[in-house]
Amino acid sequence: MERAEGEAGNFKVTLIRKPRYIKEDKCTGCGTCLEYCPVQYPDPFNQEISKNKAVHIYFAQAIPLISYIDESCLYLKEKKCRICEAVCQNDAVNLEQQPEKIEINVAAILLSPGYEPFDPRVKGDYGYGKFANVVTSLDFERLLCATGPYEGEILRASDKRHPHKVAWIQCVGSRRVTPGDNSYCSAVCCTYTQKQVILAKEHDAAAECTIFHNDVRSYGKDFELYYQRTERLPGIRFIRSYTSVVREVPETQNLVVRYSTPDEGVKEEEFDMVVLSVGLNPPADAMALADRFGIELNSHGFCQADSSNLMETTRRGIFVSGAFQGPMDIPESVFSASGAGAQCGEFLDYRRGKLTRERVYPPEKDVSSEEPRIGVFVCHCGANIGRIVDVPGTVEYALTLPHVVYAQEQLFSCATNSAKEITDMIKEKGLNRVVVAACSPRTLEPLFRDTLREAGINQYFYEMANIREHDSWVHAKEPEEATRKARDIIRMSVARCALLEPLQEIDLPVNKAGLVVGGGIAGMTCALSIAGQGHEVYLVEKDKDLGGMARRIHTTLEGLDVQAYLRDLVRRVYQHPLIHVYTDAIIMEATGYVGNFVTLVKSGRGVTEIKHGATVIAIGADEYQPTEYLYGEDDRVLTLLELEERIARGEEKIVNSHCLVMIQCVGCRNEDRNYCSRVCCSQAVKNALKLKELHPEMDIYILFRDMRTYGLREDYYRDASNKDVKFIRWEPEDKPQVEATTAEGRPVLRVTVTDPILGEKLAIDADVLALAAAVIPPAANREIAQLFKVSLGPDNFFKEAHVKLRPVEFSAEGVYLCGTAHYPKHIPEAINQAYGAAGRALTLLSHDIVTVSGSVCEVDDKKCMGCGACIEACTYGAIEFREIRQGKKAVVNPVICKGDGLCNAKCPTGAIRLKHFTDEEIMRQIDSVVPEEDMPQQFDRAVGDV
Amino acid sequence: MCSGRIDLEFVLRAFSNGQDGVFIGGCRLNECNYVTHGNYHALSMALLCRKIMEHIGLNPERLNIQFMSAGDGILFAEHMNDFGKKVKSLGPLGISEGIDKDVLKSKIEEITRLIPYIKIAKREKLGSRLTNKADYDGFFTSNEIDSLLRDVPSYYIDPDKCQACMICAKKCPAEAIEGSKNRIHVIDQDKCIKCGTCFEACPPRFGAVTRMVGKPVPPPIPEEKRTIARKSKEK
Repeated sequence: MERAEGEAGNFKVTLIRKPRYIKEDKCTGCGTCLEYCPVQYPDPFNQEISKNKAVHIYFAQAIPLISYIDESCLYLKEKKCRICEAVCQNDAVNLEQQPEKIEINVAAILLSPGYEPFDPRVKGDYGYGKFANVVTSLDFERLLCATGPYEGEILRASDKRHPHKVAWIQCVGSRRVTPGDNSYCSAVCCTYTQKQVILAKEHDAAAECTIFHNDVRSYGKDFELYYQRTERLPGIRFIRSYTSVVREVPETQNLVVRYSTPDEGVKEEEFDMVVLSVGLNPPADAMALADRFGIELNSHGFCQADSSNLMETTRRGIFVSGAFQGPMDIPESVFSASGAGAQCGEFLDYRRGKLTRERVYPPEKDVSSEEPRIGVFVCHCGANIGRIVDVPGTVEYALTLPHVVYAQEQLFSCATNSAKEITDMIKEKGLNRVVVAACSPRTLEPLFRDTLREAGINQYFYEMANIREHDSWVHAKEPEEATRKARDIIRMSVARCALLEPLQEIDLPVNKAGLVVGGGIAGMTCALSIAGQGHEVYLVEKDKDLGGMARRIHTTLEGLDVQAYLRDLVRRVYQHPLIHVYTDAIIMEATGYVGNFVTLVKSGRGVTEIKHGATVIAIGADEYQPTEYLYGEDDRVLTLLELEERIARGEEKIVNSHCLVMIQCVGCRNEDRNYCSRVCCSQAVKNALKLKELHPEMDIYILFRDMRTYGLREDYYRDASNKDVKFIRWEPEDKPQVEATTAEGRPVLRVTVTDPILGEKLAIDADVLALAAAVIPPAANREIAQLFKVSLGPDNFFKEAHVKLRPVEFSAEGVYLCGTAHYPKHIPEAINQAYGAAGRALTLLSHDIVTVSGSVCEVDDKKCMGCGACIEACTYGAIEFREIRQGKKAVVNPVICKGDGLCNAKCPTGAIRLKHFTDEEIMRQIDSVVPEEDMPQQFDRAVGDV
Repeated sequence: MCSGRIDLEFVLRAFSNGQDGVFIGGCRLNECNYVTHGNYHALSMALLCRKIMEHIGLNPERLNIQFMSAGDGILFAEHMNDFGKKVKSLGPLGISEGIDKDVLKSKIEEITRLIPYIKIAKREKLGSRLTNKADYDGFFTSNEIDSLLRDVPSYYIDPDKCQACMICAKKCPAEAIEGSKNRIHVIDQDKCIKCGTCFEACPPRFGAVTRMVGKPVPPPIPEEKRTIARKSKEK
């Protein structure tokens, strides 16, 4: 990126496209060039632990999956070699490529530069770079991976042996104010370390793993369970201690780690390998990036943002997503990406669809009365298949198979001219079914299906035989066997292909309106974003007023005036012409499916039937009502929310008290609620800082288990500590005790807690006790879950479709999730997620139709015995009973069915069938594993009768 | 489709065709491509199938199930190589186990016929999620499968009680019940899939369908005696 001129809605961006020395439109990613390339250099993707070629594909899942040429290329350096050019059969190499300047006109810009792992070499701590067997967590990540430097084996650099005793050192580069380190918490290391420990144990069940840590910050959804799972593995030790790597043992190159424990004091212990859990730095070129885009950075070098909208930079029209906001985990990164996308959309919605052109296909030929006429196209994939498999011989063989009327070879079946060739041959030879024997259907099946449509043939009359990934690539050294296997695969595909049925995809219209359930900050933000792109939104709130839990919150840790923000938000919601607010509302009934929901709402306005295409669940969370620590018995015992309200009111009893104690983890991280409420540590720090500001002499104690002020919030924790807020850690088996008593004639709440440093009981006489009461699932969660056919997780918060990849969606299509109904979260995070949900909903609502696959299930009434096994198996809720004269019969809603076919395998009578993967089709394929003429022989051989 | 789509019948068909080994590959457990975690269903099915194989005298190690992602190519190769070696060491199907080929084929066919019954009887277990590898072995026990396959029920319509009302015949999902109005119904034992639908459907006041375990089914009533003379009305 060279520069960005202009303003929101109309930026002119100048890009310099670096040469990859490969023509993108020609390269098929076949990989022949890298086999021949003579240059090996340290592979950046594998942390330079192993080697790669000068021309190579960056990594196995790269998009696009094509090669590039690195600066280590002999030609680029010395004008020699050019082997790659010679071996490429598709003429895709261009060593003369030059940097290219591109100017583009855009309405909005989204920055997602990610982060840079902390480099422990900078400070020379822990011997990284000096001792061979000290690695960073990212090095270790690559070692664990099957595509890593040692193909998934964890080996030490010094002797290529498996380490048995491994130590992880947490907070490397994080939570420190020493120069070169970061003061903030990197937010992800505690949990990624646990993941690495679990994986290391999977590699070697006897491995001894030790984690040297500070607070264990398992604040994410399901993370507490994950922490417990790790802790319970045999041979795992979690040791709370500062650590140093003091030396390398010369004979073994093992490492000596020095640490201390309360019982044994300072000790030294030898490990085979040390993993440094390195933190997250801002992107290396953040300063230059900020400069070119004219945006500001915060003091840590991450993007400067307002805490009411972390996706907005200081320049209008430029947004940010992911870890450039600050350290964050994958789900948050995905929220913000989707959310920033939605905000970019607000600048672009007026011209949505203006550049699209509709594809017109020829009318589909009815071939139902014809015999199968199969055409087989066998691809050479350059040299990929052709060098191993005898392609011409395979073509000959294909012609001998039943129903095959035509077969030919192709250099690259995926090339444009080859697709045209297939279309032409379908017409010329009157083919009604096609098998392409090439690569994985994963990438190219859609292309070939399209090819069939172009020829006027139903796209489901297509079958792909994978003779590359499943054959030539794995049997490169046994060409004859590979050729036989190619024949086997093609024979099976042809057999299946002959039975395929033409299937129709259904286009459903999408109702352009959205329904948002819950009028808190998340719900309102989401509603505004959807309405901001021209869609009607129905916002339904159970209370009389909008605002939700935020009505009880006055500031955020970062200093946002929540009440002023809320007032503005409510005003904008009411003023928006496209948002219809229903307060005092109850949802009576919810029916329908993606794009076409109907919901009955009873509210102050009476009963309304709302039709909408998308639904967002944003019903928030509740506060736990403590039963412990004298709450409800003594009015000096409050929850943190109550404390905040009273501070905001300036209540003198609170503000002028001499001593205030807060107890963390009340009602969660226990057997009843085995999760962390995520927000309470920061809330406690926030209130402590506020009180210190109002009354600096007040004694404030925060009794905690692990301080989980993750990410940039760590600075406030440090600030509180510097301002003499006292933090005392307690263990769950030795909880603080509270009694109401008097001290020197003054009524006090005496809080007794064991000081872990001194190892003795400490009695604190407090005037006020505040309890960090858990954030608990909303009271209406079950009811709402049932109405909208979505599920709850083990902690009773709503369960998203995928914890990392689809964190704002439900598995039920067209239903989205945001805010604390998903899991406890801070206001800025809820806003991130609210925009994220809006982004996903808008992706649906911006389409006129949704297309439903043809490969869905259907029921044969006659065969259905009404047992309901299929209904149990369907997680999507796509199958229901319907009463007909013959009794209860299962019926599939094809719009909801995703075609996984679990029901098919459960049905005792074969009444339900997954189209395109029917019993007959698959069985025919199984029967063709062995050529028909060989079958009896093989059976005889197997049984030993001959 | 999902690995959970793999039907018991597919596996048995491969063995019936004389394949020496069957491998099932699914996504990594807990990393479902859908949201359904159907790979656990595949696992349960495979565990059941292995016990059935044991029951008919086949080495259960001929069926192998493994879970891996698209990025686990090397792991896949390892599993395939191991399994290939395993199957080779087991030798050709049947001969190694000392079963005659015709006996084996008929045994597999017999089990295949019982698939509907097995699916109904083991419905709950087949859809469950086994999260702990240590539980795999005991999930289906040999005793359980022995008794499952020993106590196969048969359904029989008592000609003295049958009122030839067509209720069961209409409901039979296998179209295994012969008969019409005023003609006593008879279950074709070859077509019957032992689902019990007729047993449930026969009105209690008739109680004509019986579920028989461990006893041979009486021969069907001869064709000429099937017509019902409506005695009550006539008299």
